[in-house]
Order: sequence, then C-alpha cells, then structure tokens
Amino acid sequence: MLTRTTAAGAPTADTAPLLKVRGLEAWYGESHVLHGIDFDVAPGEVVTLLGRNGAGKTTTLKSIMGVMNKRRGSVVLEGTETIALPSRAIARLGIGYVPEERGIYASLSVEENLLLPPQVRPGGLSLEQIFELFPNIKERLKSQGTKLSGGEQQMLAIGRILRTGAHLLLLDEPTEGLAPVIIEQIGRTIARLKREGFTIILVEQNFRFAATVADRHYVVEQGKVIDMIPNDELDANIDKLHGYLGV
Amino acid sequence: MFELLGIPPQALFGQVLLGLINGSFYAILSLGLAVIFGLLNIINFAHGAQYMMGAFVAWMCLNYLGINYWAALLLAPLIVGVLGVLIERFLIARLANLDHLYGLLLTFGLALIIQGLFRNNYGSSGLPYQIPDALKGGQNLGFMFLPNYRGWVVGASLVVCLVTWFMIEKTRLGAYLRAATENPTLTQAFGINVPLLVTLTYGFGVALAAFAGVLAAPIYSVNPNMGADLIIVVFAVVVIGGMGSIMGAIVTGFGLGLVEGLTKVFYPEASATVIFIIMVLVLLVKPAGLFGRAA
Repeated sequence: MLTRTTAAGAPTADTAPLLKVRGLEAWYGESHVLHGIDFDVAPGEVVTLLGRNGAGKTTTLKSIMGVMNKRRGSVVLEGTETIALPSRAIARLGIGYVPEERGIYASLSVEENLLLPPQVRPGGLSLEQIFELFPNIKERLKSQGTKLSGGEQQMLAIGRILRTGAHLLLLDEPTEGLAPVIIEQIGRTIARLKREGFTIILVEQNFRFAATVADRHYVVEQGKVIDMIPNDELDANIDKLHGYLGV
Repeated sequence: MFELLGIPPQALFGQVLLGLINGSFYAILSLGLAVIFGLLNIINFAHGAQYMMGAFVAWMCLNYLGINYWAALLLAPLIVGVLGVLIERFLIARLANLDHLYGLLLTFGLALIIQGLFRNNYGSSGLPYQIPDALKGGQNLGFMFLPNYRGWVVGASLVVCLVTWFMIEKTRLGAYLRAATENPTLTQAFGINVPLLVTLTYGFGVALAAFAGVLAAPIYSVNPNMGADLIIVVFAVVVIGGMGSIMGAIVTGFGLGLVEGLTKVFYPEASATVIFIIMVLVLLVKPAGLFGRAA
C-alpha cells in the first residue's frame, strides 16, 4: 500500500485549482508555438492534453515546467505565480516532470538516476514503495540507465520523480512506443497514483489509454485549448474528438 | 650494474621519473580542462595562465607575506579558484548559448592579458622558489636516486587525481555533475541549481591548475610563460584521452609523461613531438579519444 504523508484532496467542482494556466504563450526561437493556453487542474485530478502532432501539448508541459526559454502569460501553482521562475525553482514548488524522451542519463546507473532528483517537499515515496510499484527497477539498480528496455526506462523516469515529494506530475507521452502489457502497467500505476492523491497532467496521443485514467481531457490545437471533454462524456463526444484528432 | 638495451639503469629510471613528473602536471592540468569542458563546453585556454598564477601566488605568499609552501599549497588554489569563479560568473556565463569558439577566444584573450600583466611586473627571466625543508634531499633506491620533492609531486598529483575521480564518479555531487553535463535542462528541471554547479566546477578546475602551479614552483622557475609552454601539450593530452573524460585525462596524462620520458632515452630527437604524433594517430583511429564516447 502506498501512503503519502501529504495526500491532496479529491477533486470537486468547488475545489480551488491546484494549477491555473492563463494566456500561456511560448516560442522556439522566432517560432511562436503557443498562442494563449488556458486551463485549470484541480487537486487530485488526472487531466490529459490531447491533440495532433505539433499542436503544442509537449510545449505546454515544458512551459509549465519552465524549460522553454521564452514564454509569457500566467501559470499559478497553489497561488504562486511561476511564469518568471527558473525551472529549478518551479520544481521545488512540487512539480515533477517526465519528458517525452524519458530523460534517462546514460552516464548514471539506474540507482543514480533514481536518486538524482533532490527531495523538494516532504511526502515523497520511499525507495521500497517505488520498487513495489516497479519491481523491475530493483533488479537492475547497478545497470547503466540507458541499458534498460523502453518500458523499464519509463518506469524509472516516473519512479524517480515520485521520490521527490512532487504532488503535481507532468507526464509527456508515457506510453509512447511501449508494448501493450507495459502500457497496462503504466495505466495501473497512474490510477494508483491518482488514488493516492497525486495530481497528474498527461500528454497523450493514445486517447483510448487516456480514457482509462483521466478525469477530463483538454483538446489542444494550434497552440490553444479549443475544447474540454469530461471523461464521463467521452462516448457522447467521440465523433467530435475523432475530428479534432484527425482519426 | 645491468643495462637495458644498452642504457644504464640510472639514466633509464631517471628519465622515467622525469616522465612521471611531467605526467603529473599533464594529468592534473588535463583533469581540470576535462572537468571544465565536460560541464561548460568551454575549451579553457586560460588554463596555462591559471597554472602560472598558482605558482606566482605561492611565490608572493612566501616573499610578501612569509607564508610557507604548505600553507600556499592550500591558499593558492583557493585564491586562484575564487578568481576563476568571478571569471565564470561575469565573463564566461555570458557566452553560455554561443558557439564553443567564443569561449575559446575569450579564454585565449584572458590568458594573454594575465601573462602580459605578470610579465610586465615580474619580467620573464623567472623567479626562484625553494623546495620546502621537509622535502629536501632524496633517497638512494639502488637503481636510481629519487629526490624527495619529485617523489612528493608524483604522489600528491596521483592522490589529487584519484580523489577528484572518486568525487565525480562515486558521490551524489558527482552524479549531479555528470547529469548536468549530459542534460543540463532536465537536471535543472529536477530542482538542481545547474548555473551554480557550472560556476563551482569552473572554479574547481581552475583551482586544480593553481595546485599544479604550486607543485611546479620549486621544480621550474616561476615565470609568466610557464603555463603557455605547457598548455599546448596538455591540450594534446586531453584530445588523446577524450575530451571531457575524467579517467582518460588522468591515465593519459601520466601515460604520456612516461612515453615522453622514455622517448628521451631511446630517441631524444622525437621527445618534443611524440605526444603530437600519438595525438594524430589517435584522432585517425579513434576520433573521440582513447577514453571518450563517440557523439
């Protein structure tokens, strides 16, 4: 059983948002890619950002995390404006980030990768709790990080931010390129983390997977949020969603 | 007494020792360069000047303040390292997003300015620095005479190199350093203060150069050109070991010092160029260096 000392409350319509994003814009060099993203995430919620390739989903996560060089707008985490903060300060407010390419360090062993992010708040999972979630990692602690399979690397990437005490997790395409059995395991893990009170923003191309774990779905197109679909209304809106995603 | 390939053992081992001494300086200096290049992506051309500053600070400590060699061995790296921190913070940090070439030009310019300032004030003929009393004399090993100070230089260099290697490869701080070298953006997104790490790493690399400078002061005369004479060979050592490779810098530094020493025994005409010949061969066969990872 995973037990965090600081579990966030369950989401309700009246709960103040944990994260409030307003008018978020971002640039890659001269290229303007986000044109005013707006959305909220309540404590304990799992929301997904859905959209076609190049819509701006990954850039939205990077902008929240502060790794985009040029960004503008407002990102408020629990009442703290973070738009002008460097990413190291944003991380210390309690945001954990798993990038699309997983970010496993080749020069570090699995154990070093796991222990790398410093604890930013109390309430992080212990190593034993992480091994309980991802038993494969425990057996490979001395291996070089990038020698793990894609699925194991994804587990390591998620596991290492659970240690830090971060309560808002940004997961960028955690199922990309993984075998169905691993996708199921990642899905079970996300559902379990949700039960434990973690708040999660998930970028996904695979909306069938997203539908199994999320409370709400924001649709991103051309650098803007153009729709929000609650998960329990997904079936009624499936044609509309297919249209958005071009499937 | 036996002879090896017609060479008397005193001459052979004497040159081996000389090679090890040079190798000690190559190893410490190339280690500093490797640490700096790994994290900052800067080819620190001021490294030779910073080595020279270490020797000069030791000389100034002794002649102006009466501070002895042992205290200078700690103070000089600290003082020159702090200067390095200021150089990184106020100059090098501004080039962070530019091509390597800008860093190289900046540090090359800094080296010329620093050497010029010292030449202006102290001339270029060299200033003597005495071996500390505790290390005067030597040991007769039977097959050779080992001056105590030279033995100390080899031992101290080896210890400093191994401690640095241990720190980088086996500690949490070293893991931060390696992570920041590999992916600074993500490392920062984990809450690690990468800019501070960069500044301290540059300061540490510079302090290593200054430490080597203090070790060198009693062996070579303290003069403004002592770093400039050495730095080109040290760059060749770094290239052979693999840019940014810590163990590569240490092993190659000591190894090439030995090779150079042995070349002096068996084919003296090639002793000044043997390292560069090896560099060309290594670049042809293994462009990333003996211990480097291909990009």
